[in-house]
Amino acid sequence: MEFVKKLRVKNELGLHARSAAQIVNLIRKHKSKVYFRKGNQTVEGDSILSILTLNCPKGTELEVKVVGEDAEDLIEKITELFEKGFGEL
Amino acid sequence: MVSKRIEMQGIPVSSGIIIGKARLIDREKVKVPLRKIDESFVQYEIERFKKAVEEVKRQLSDLKNRLPDKLKEHAFILDSHLMILNDSMLYDATVERIKEEKINAEWALKRAFDEIKKLFSQIEDSYISERISDVENVVQRILRILTGKKKEDISNMEERAIIVAHDLSPADTAELDSDKVLGFVTNGGGRTSHTAILARALKLPAVMGLCSVTDKVEDGTILIVDGDTGRVIVNPDEDDISYYEERRRQREKVKNSILKEAYLPAVTLDGHRISVMANTEFLQEVFSVKEQGAEGIGLYRTEFLYLSHKELPKEEELFEDYKKAAEAIAPDPIIIRTLDIGADKLKEKITAVEETNPALGLRAIRFCLKHPDIFRIQLRAILRASAYGNVQIMLPMISSLEEILETKKLIEDVKKELDTEGIPYNRNIKIGIIIEVPSTVIIADTLARHVDFFSIGTNDLIQYTLAIDRINKEVAYLYEPFHPAILRMIKSVILSAEKNRIPVSLCGEMAGDPLCVPLLIGLGLKKLSMNPRVIPLIKRIIRSISAEELKKDAEKILEFSTSKQIKTYVTERMKRLLPDLEQYFTGL
Repeated sequence: MEFVKKLRVKNELGLHARSAAQIVNLIRKHKSKVYFRKGNQTVEGDSILSILTLNCPKGTELEVKVVGEDAEDLIEKITELFEKGFGEL
Repeated sequence: MVSKRIEMQGIPVSSGIIIGKARLIDREKVKVPLRKIDESFVQYEIERFKKAVEEVKRQLSDLKNRLPDKLKEHAFILDSHLMILNDSMLYDATVERIKEEKINAEWALKRAFDEIKKLFSQIEDSYISERISDVENVVQRILRILTGKKKEDISNMEERAIIVAHDLSPADTAELDSDKVLGFVTNGGGRTSHTAILARALKLPAVMGLCSVTDKVEDGTILIVDGDTGRVIVNPDEDDISYYEERRRQREKVKNSILKEAYLPAVTLDGHRISVMANTEFLQEVFSVKEQGAEGIGLYRTEFLYLSHKELPKEEELFEDYKKAAEAIAPDPIIIRTLDIGADKLKEKITAVEETNPALGLRAIRFCLKHPDIFRIQLRAILRASAYGNVQIMLPMISSLEEILETKKLIEDVKKELDTEGIPYNRNIKIGIIIEVPSTVIIADTLARHVDFFSIGTNDLIQYTLAIDRINKEVAYLYEPFHPAILRMIKSVILSAEKNRIPVSLCGEMAGDPLCVPLLIGLGLKKLSMNPRVIPLIKRIIRSISAEELKKDAEKILEFSTSKQIKTYVTERMKRLLPDLEQYFTGL
């Protein structure tokens, strides 16, 4: 299965260490592979450093691609994390 | 080293004065050996690297488990270090480089790190780009193991000493034996650095930003650290020592006398009795607040039991908690605040609609009235506990009279239920509201006729009145307890309460601030509820001031037009009035 979706960073601090850590933790609990794309830069979702270097302050638009058997469930959970601003809203 | 007296000026980040021996913590970076390796050694180098990573993982997990309770909130930093350790950009990249470039593990790791550093340096957001220091910290740990450089053991200090370092990482500070540390002095850092936060949590003096203090000090050098002014004296002479000894003794004396007198009532010089109560969150806290001089619980928060389990708490569980708290503090009152929480925090337990702005959404009393099934259980528990002490009910986030009437009706229903079941409770239980929504300030005279007491919740009142979200870094600077609007609102609520002869208290952070308290008393408050830690100090301040003078002062202050004017005036006055307590008048 493969799912692609556009997401927006809503929390004040952007994707910093704490929020990126939440994403990585979530992904590591799943089997699917996750990629984030910003502009022409694509990184793997299970690397906290990659996410940080993508440099995503508040308002950034990202494309997330999830590939694998539990992709549907995972993309939904990732969306929720973004929507809820990683618990910072 | 010549023991020459050197005076240095840094940034004071945690107050207090200490004279002691230095303990230099050398966090020099590890020199990386660079070696080309033969194909046949590739697997060996990879294994060596993996073992080192495993060892660091063990170290960090161990540190995390040993973290003292007061530093628990810093655990997430260690978590992120653990995550970096296994990150593909560091871990996989190092392994890859050993294989491809045929270089030793140290070199490969360094090259992987340099690559990450380059990427981070391109990030504009300083908050994110500074995280490179976390990566570096992890890399240094691995390198230290790879090179066999014995890690300096700082968890085991022989004697008490002042830590002198270039800068301390969160992991370093977590490692320190906090009982042996007298204070901190560092080259780098500032008020918001991790070490500064830690020093304040441990109540140890600290001065930072001293540039080259590590070059001027070695283990055992005598130091004076003045965390009030930022002065550090290396190799002090006798005059320095006697001067600072005296200042330190004065400070200690004040501190001890404050603690010793905590049990005394808070009566102003001109005989006005102020009732000083505690804000608490857990049952355990209730048992110790009397020692700190609290005359009751002015705010008992009840959210914890709703957040700590997977399911909503049962009536029995709530009842037991409230009953034990009521019995522990009796005959003094305990004011239980009903659930002050938003639907967003309970989303696993109930079906909630997504809200774009939870702070202005279905929270507190609104949430409770929308979910009477949940609310009833809490009301039953509170009423039942009222048979065992002086229990009162306080409703949060009231914005209109309707909400009060509806809640009172619900309470009446619950009372009837308990009557039929023959369960005892206090029939005349007092019901009050928190004044924290600006609308209630304006109609306080009306509301006062329907409730038994007011408690002014300044934290939210300030946010709602000044239309700022304190957590939002962009506008947090606008959060201002000394805003003339806030002071006038407090005054107006007090007048409405007095006119209707109901008691009024204040339970926000202002109630525990040494600068705000005299002003609040001047405005006419006779009841304050605060963090129990500050009660001894606040009582001491109250005992040193005259309410009548403060009243005249308050009238003058209400005429001021800016917060800055008010703050300056109040600070100057308190420093003049109570010079021995100067250290505490730093402002919110």
